[in-house]
Parts: sequence; C-alpha cells; structure tokens
Amino acid sequence: MMQSRSVQIWVGLFVIAGMAALLMLSIKVSNIRAFSNEQGYELNANFENIGGLKVRSPVTMAGVVVGRVSKIGFDSEIYEAVVTLNIDPRYDNLPEDTSASIFTSGLLGEQYIGLEAGGAENYLHDGDRIQLTQSAIVLEKLIGQFLVSQADK
Amino acid sequence: MMGLLQRLGATTLGITERIGRGHLFLLYVLGGFPSLLPRFGLVIKQIYASGVLSLLIIAVSGLFVGMVLALQGYNTLVDFGATESLGVVVALSLVRELGPVMGALLFAGRAGSALTAEIGLMKATEQLSAMEMMAVNPLHRVVAPRLLGGIIAMPLLAAIFSAVGIIGGYLVAVGLLGVDEGAFWSQMQAKVDLFDDVASGVIKSVVFGFVVTWIALFEGYDAVPTSEGVSRATTRTVVHASLAVLGLNFILTALMFGDD
Repeated sequence: MMQSRSVQIWVGLFVIAGMAALLMLSIKVSNIRAFSNEQGYELNANFENIGGLKVRSPVTMAGVVVGRVSKIGFDSEIYEAVVTLNIDPRYDNLPEDTSASIFTSGLLGEQYIGLEAGGAENYLHDGDRIQLTQSAIVLEKLIGQFLVSQADK
Repeated sequence: MMGLLQRLGATTLGITERIGRGHLFLLYVLGGFPSLLPRFGLVIKQIYASGVLSLLIIAVSGLFVGMVLALQGYNTLVDFGATESLGVVVALSLVRELGPVMGALLFAGRAGSALTAEIGLMKATEQLSAMEMMAVNPLHRVVAPRLLGGIIAMPLLAAIFSAVGIIGGYLVAVGLLGVDEGAFWSQMQAKVDLFDDVASGVIKSVVFGFVVTWIALFEGYDAVPTSEGVSRATTRTVVHASLAVLGLNFILTALMFGDD
C-alpha cells in the first residue's frame, strides 16, 4: 500500500509539473499576459505613430534601460497612440521637459523608447505626461520621401 | 524467378497481416478503455512508469536543446542585428517541433522499449495466457492502462521539454550572450500564438504519445516468445516508433502550418 501511495504522489507531482509547463507556455511564452510584477511609477506619452513598439519594450536613457513600456492604447479623440511607460523608481528625478522618441535598434531590430532629459527644475511624477515626443521612423515613408525627392531633381 | 516473386508476395502478405493484426489489437485495447474508469489506479501506475521515470532524461535533454538553440540562433541573428528575435526562434522551434518530436523520440527510447520488453516477457513467461485462464482479458487488464498512461504522459512530457528548453535558451541568451531580457520575452510573446503554436504542439504530442505507445505495446504482444524474439521486438519498437513519429510529424506540420 505504501508503494502505491508514493507512486500516486509522484504521478501527482508529474501532472502538476506538466500543467505548470503548459501554463508557462501559455502565459509567459505566448501572447496572453496575466502577471506583471513591475514596480515603479508610470508616465504617459502621446505619439503620432509608434511603429512596431510593443508592450514590455525597453525604455532607455543615455542607452541604459530605465523602464519598460507597460501599456499601449489609442486615443480616439486626437487619433494618437497613448504609451504608458513604467519607470524604475530609482530614476525619480526626470525633469518635466524630458522628451521621448521611438528609436530602432539596428536597421530591422526591436523598437524602443529613448528618453532625453531637459533642463527644467521640476521633476515628472506618477501619471504625468511627457509633452515632447517624436514618432517612430517608418521605413516605408522614408523610402517614399527619398524617391519623391529624387524624382524632383 | 518464380522463387523471387513468391518471396516478394510472401513479404507483402506478411507486412499486411501484421498491420491488420496491429489494428485489430488496437480495437480490442480501445474496447477495454471504459472498464478502466473504475480502476484508474492501474493507469496511474503506468503514468508513473512511462511518465515520471522519463522525466529526468526529458528535462535534461530539453535544457541542453534550448541552450544549443540559443547559441546557434545567436550566431546567425547577430549578423542581422536581430538578436532580440532569439526568444522567438527558441520558443517557436521548441513549442512547434522539438518539444513534441524530440520528446516523442526520447519517449520511444525510454518508455516504449521498456513497455515492449515488459509485455514480451509477460508473453514469454506465459503470464498473459495464465490471465486468460483466469478469465481476465489481458488486453483490458494489462495493455489498455499502458496505452492510456502513455497518451496522458506524452503531452505533459512534451510541455515540460519545451518549457525547460525555453528556460535553458533564456539562461544562455540573457545570461551568457547579453540579449535584452525584456525584448527576449516580449518578442516571444508577440510572435507565439496560444492556439496556433502551443495548442498544435500539444495536439502533436498527444498523437505521438498514442502512436509510440501503440507500436510498443503491439510489438511486445506480437513478439516471438523467446528471449531473442523479445530483444528483436524491443529494437523494432524504437526504430518503428521513431520513424512513425518523424513521418507523422511531417504530415501534421503540413496540415497545421502548411497554409500560412
């Protein structure tokens, strides 16, 4: 009887491990997000075009990752994207006139948000909006502009 | 000339006969499934034998496969400056293909061969005949729980293989190669779909678990009841089950991912 008891316990553990693996595959790996253990404060920024920016894309300052994109929404009144940035609480002294731009790492790489500090004396707080933003560079638009400018010559 | 023709005909008939016996065997075994429900303890014992005992080899192989995938993928992607896509490469290859297929191949080697040897020895030592004498149907009492156990264990093993592999890939990519952690996961989450990728991997592994266990059980049941016969049957199990998994994988992949 003891034998079959330990067998049953092992099978129970095995089934739990298998279920946990499936759960990890469906939540952590695939596109269903349930948990995010982000701590820190949130800033909003409006962009005309966010290109290929994704939730959890890095937010950098001087090339150092200081936060992550935590939410991407759409404001249907001004037709702009509203990006919520989650900034590490260690960096709580960003000036009010900090600007945010969407950059691409490498020619075809991941898109991320780069912050540049301004010179204001007041700091941004949780829920504040970054006023100065620059949209993502859409490669097709750029090529289009280049072709048009060539055609004019 | 006639001798050659006769041998060809005899071989063909032999193969067809075996395939037919295999399917009849499956039909009888499936007939035993309803009687398993009140005695689920038998199935649990088999999940232990084929699932829990294969856990170590599955987890270790998964870890190393994931780590190697990350290393090799990095070498290719770094030329294009697209190392953030490493997570996608590792996750998609594991979830779609390597988890189910490698898992099933290891399962055939680890659990399938053991099943064949067990059933073959039971036959050789006339334990199965003894059961029939006692009016117990060995197909229902011995074979059916093993088949159901294999079908339940295989998808769990494949999921563990994929999950451990992705963790291995993560360790190498983020820890060793310095890929950005957020991009690794976010690109993965953006490109891996729950239904298209994860669910079809699970379906694949259920099919593989069924086929591998079926072949293993039939080879054992059909083995020549001598020690040599059992050893041959065990070899055949590994070879046939592996070939079946690889062949079926192509068909399933073509069906699932062929049109996009």
